[in-house]
Amino acid sequence: MQTPKAPFKNPLSLQIDPDLFKPATEEEKAQQIQTRESVSFMKDALRRLGRNRMAMICIVIILLIALIAFIAPAVYPYTYTSQDVTAKYLQPFQYSAKEQAKIAKGISVFPHVMGTDALGRDYAIRVIYGTRISLLVGIFSALIVVVVGIIYGSISGYFGGKVDNIMMRIVDIIYALPDVLLVILLSVAIRDIVSTSKNELITKLGAGMVSIFIVFGLLYWVGMARQVRCQILSIKEQEYVLASRSIGASPARIIRKHMIPNCVSVIIIVAAMQIPSAIFTESFLSFLGMGVSIPMPSLGSLASDARAGLNSYPFLLIYPATSIFLIVLSFNLLGNGLRDAFDPKLRS
Amino acid sequence: MNSKLLVYMFKRFGMALLTIFLVIAITFLVMHAIPASPFSSEKAKSDAVIKALEIKYGFDKPLGVQFLNYLWGVVHFDFGLSTAWVGFTVSQLIINAFAYSASIGFSAAIIAILLGVLFGCLSALNRGKWVDKVIQVVTTALVSMPSFVVATLLLLLFSYRLGWLPSLGTQPGGMVLPVLSLSLYPMAYITRLQRSSMLDVLGADYIRTARAKGVKSNVVIYKHALKNALSPVITYAGPMMAYILTGSMVVENIFSVPGLGRLFTNSMLRTDYMMIMGVTIVLAVMIILMNFLSDVLYKVMDPRIDLA
Repeated sequence: MQTPKAPFKNPLSLQIDPDLFKPATEEEKAQQIQTRESVSFMKDALRRLGRNRMAMICIVIILLIALIAFIAPAVYPYTYTSQDVTAKYLQPFQYSAKEQAKIAKGISVFPHVMGTDALGRDYAIRVIYGTRISLLVGIFSALIVVVVGIIYGSISGYFGGKVDNIMMRIVDIIYALPDVLLVILLSVAIRDIVSTSKNELITKLGAGMVSIFIVFGLLYWVGMARQVRCQILSIKEQEYVLASRSIGASPARIIRKHMIPNCVSVIIIVAAMQIPSAIFTESFLSFLGMGVSIPMPSLGSLASDARAGLNSYPFLLIYPATSIFLIVLSFNLLGNGLRDAFDPKLRS
Repeated sequence: MNSKLLVYMFKRFGMALLTIFLVIAITFLVMHAIPASPFSSEKAKSDAVIKALEIKYGFDKPLGVQFLNYLWGVVHFDFGLSTAWVGFTVSQLIINAFAYSASIGFSAAIIAILLGVLFGCLSALNRGKWVDKVIQVVTTALVSMPSFVVATLLLLLFSYRLGWLPSLGTQPGGMVLPVLSLSLYPMAYITRLQRSSMLDVLGADYIRTARAKGVKSNVVIYKHALKNALSPVITYAGPMMAYILTGSMVVENIFSVPGLGRLFTNSMLRTDYMMIMGVTIVLAVMIILMNFLSDVLYKVMDPRIDLA
């Protein structure tokens, strides 16, 4: 059976349903308003990061380690140089003869939480200082990388053409230089200068640390510069940059106000990835005896010293090894989390 | 092999040569910027002796002449005389040590690549299953451990506690632990690279096409997917070389292997400048050449890549 045809309606006729044109009631208006507030990119990324449980755990671990590393030395009863010759190679929570006598007299003695080392120094505080050095190296190298990398990358990307070509060739060459070898070379070269320096901080840190910072400043930023440049190259073509330029904004202003804020995600990801490799380099050099100068401990030099009594006192290796493992693992996982949160396209 | 590729290779080779030249120049300048003469740190010598030594080692000439002489020497694999090991030339010592480092490094690289690719494929093909999870956890842990921690832990476990393997690298079977400790980090890294690139490739359209037209699953995996997923691993060859060479400094010290890394750290402790310069340059040249090779191979393997 055929359905009856609807009556022919002239498209120009004015047969309109007047119900469609009634003003909306308050209730309907309220429905139209978006219930969700507008979310900026930053907020969105941070929310995604917050949902990543692994990354949040890592942040908590890093903050905890940082808190211990920077506060503990102020309240801890031992210093990293204080020696007790009767307390060599104590197991964790063991007391030396001297300390046992004190306890017998009723004086309370703070326990050696991680035991003591070959020279009778409290090991916990040495591991804490070593951790502090590692964190400082990581943070400083990230800072250097961010500052130099952004400036270099954005200039190269913004001006393009010949400037870009020359600047990127320089980056290519620096990229190919073996950085660890150069750190070692430099630390050998400036050993004498540093050890006779009048600046207390520099002599305390030692030639290795100073050269690590110098080489990081000279070489480590190239990865960041490349990424920032790539980002800038695509942002440069956006209309809002053209608009900004047409009303006479200077290149510095355009880079600062329009380009760098749009590169934030890349910058955060690259910086977070750079931290573990910097920490690795420092501990590696300290292990070889070219990092911090004695008696300042570093996780690398502690592990190196632990080799002497490795078979009988393996805990001397386990503590610094665990510490560096936890730090690097947390930064690695946090870096992955940041990458997922800030750049969903890069997710692997 | 087209002309575009040849041009690219020439360009890239030129860059590598330029970088090598820069490394030599930097090494030379840094070592000559040191205020102390290489002979002053030894036992007290009279001025006349130091002068004679400087003439013998050619340190009395102007800097530019010294540099050109040094460069000429380097081109002929002549790095001068060692000041700490008297009577030896730097190149002799390097050649003697090279055999040890090469055998350790080469075995470590092969193991890392083979096992890395294998585990990466296993992990990608079993995505989400327990195999994948175990591999992910283990590799994440391994890339977070510095070489010295891995090496000392292996030494403690296999040599001191279990007594299965000798602690000295020169004893029979002593190369196992150094090779193992050098290969773990690059292996874990390659596994992760291989896993993510394999997953990328397996999701590609041409894999679906191949499956749709009835190609056997094994052929799809090994011929189509694996071949295309290998290119990120190739780009890692350069950094892996750098890791193995610098890692050998730690590992050779821990296991007392008389290789290049040990030679390097020893010459640093004895402030033998000629030796430090020589070994730095040799190591740097190896790293740079490896980078060059992996770059070129990457382009040869994957013709889609734009030769910029």
